[in-house]
Amino acid sequence: MTNILANPLAARDHARAMAGTVVESMPILPPHADDLPPGVSADDHLWEETIAPGGYATRHLPRGARLRLIDVKGDACASVMIFNAQMPSERLNVADTVKVQWNAYLGAGKLLLSDMGRVLMSIEADDAGTHDCFSGTSNAATNAAKYGDGTNSGPHPNGRDRFLLGAAKHGLGRRDVHPCVNLFKGTHIEADGTITPIVGPFAPGRSVVLRAEMEVIVVIANCPHVLDPRPDYTVTPLRASAWRGAITPSDDPIRNATPEGLRAFENVEDYCRR
Amino acid sequence: MTQDPHTAGLTGAIIHDAIVPARAPWLHTIRAGQTLRIVDLEGNQAVDFLLYSADDDAERYSMQDTVSAQGNLFLRQGTVLRSNEGRAMMTIAATSVEYHDTIGGACSCESNTLRYGHHTKSQHACVENFLEANLTQGRGKRDIVSNINFFMNVPVEPDGSLGIVDGISAPGLTVDLRAEMDVVVVVSNCPQINNPCNAFNPTPVRMIVSA
Repeated sequence: MTNILANPLAARDHARAMAGTVVESMPILPPHADDLPPGVSADDHLWEETIAPGGYATRHLPRGARLRLIDVKGDACASVMIFNAQMPSERLNVADTVKVQWNAYLGAGKLLLSDMGRVLMSIEADDAGTHDCFSGTSNAATNAAKYGDGTNSGPHPNGRDRFLLGAAKHGLGRRDVHPCVNLFKGTHIEADGTITPIVGPFAPGRSVVLRAEMEVIVVIANCPHVLDPRPDYTVTPLRASAWRGAITPSDDPIRNATPEGLRAFENVEDYCRR
Repeated sequence: MTQDPHTAGLTGAIIHDAIVPARAPWLHTIRAGQTLRIVDLEGNQAVDFLLYSADDDAERYSMQDTVSAQGNLFLRQGTVLRSNEGRAMMTIAATSVEYHDTIGGACSCESNTLRYGHHTKSQHACVENFLEANLTQGRGKRDIVSNINFFMNVPVEPDGSLGIVDGISAPGLTVDLRAEMDVVVVVSNCPQINNPCNAFNPTPVRMIVSA
């Protein structure tokens, strides 16, 4: 026992003295950043958080919000689940995302589709280009096999358990943790179906901007890619910024890029019609 | 007595034998150690397939865990079908089709509106079958997850192009699945008529369980 902290008021003072500490991975409240895009007002800044290596974060975003993810040091892996915030039984459907768009790879202009024929979010900008729809994330068994331990409380937390915690904070459970997409870590599919991981490390600072096409809940885990061949638990901080933005207008080029995508927008516009 | 060609090579007693009509659902519990044989009776039929742990249905088939564990998208002989917790649920013990799909997902009324147009909304779809069968056991929309499409062919081209193409199955071809745990199998004998997965003509399949 530390004698001085046997006094509750001394313990209070000790705790309060920690305030103002700045570390690499933390939320900034109120949100502040010096690098919002031109034209974005500080008043519209919704979220500013750097997600720790092995960590997770979750956020409820309004329709029209932009979510920018930055791979700060070049070795982040943003595993992302997305729910319709008004009806979380509607969620990202990875199979429909690749099937409806006739393509396996994500990039600028691609849509993240729900299981209800609607677009949850679209990829407004992307300077990374290495993303993955197929591998999913690690679980307790895969991390235990690779690192000797995969528990949330240990040094090598796994993506699925991170997702479970993030989903739980919205009242969701094990039935709601669905297939995810991995941003910043990619895969290439060979002709015989072989999955070749593309995990870098990459140059620092690569970014992706997602646009919420309906009110969404995102859950993001930042754990090593499940097929990362490196033996060490290798992952670096992931920065998330979000700001309010305009609902996608009828002349938006991403909205109108393909007939399938246009119908996904028509379906979400119909859903949001009041 | 003439040997039934669809049961050739199955060991043990046949404890269940059902024809699933074109476009219909099917649900059955398979115990650990039992084998389910699916027979593509008329050929070129896609069989959409979900799996749940019989003991805890929040543990269920995971396409992503399955393909990551084997480092390959295609399901072949020897592929272990894994759960969302990484456990072995079933193993493809034998298959007379080279590989099966698990990236294409199930057709739904809603995704059909994207793929083919809003005029297809009223058509029947696999998710309707999955829901209908699952609702009998208390599972709902949150339980519809990534699935397998037996006998379906979804190649991925070097530039990422993919699509459901003409099947690689033929009349009488089979796939045998050995249960590694007690599982609930939910099947939609795919009703899709707008793409080549069923040769635009859904046909019946046969489910045989041996123990």
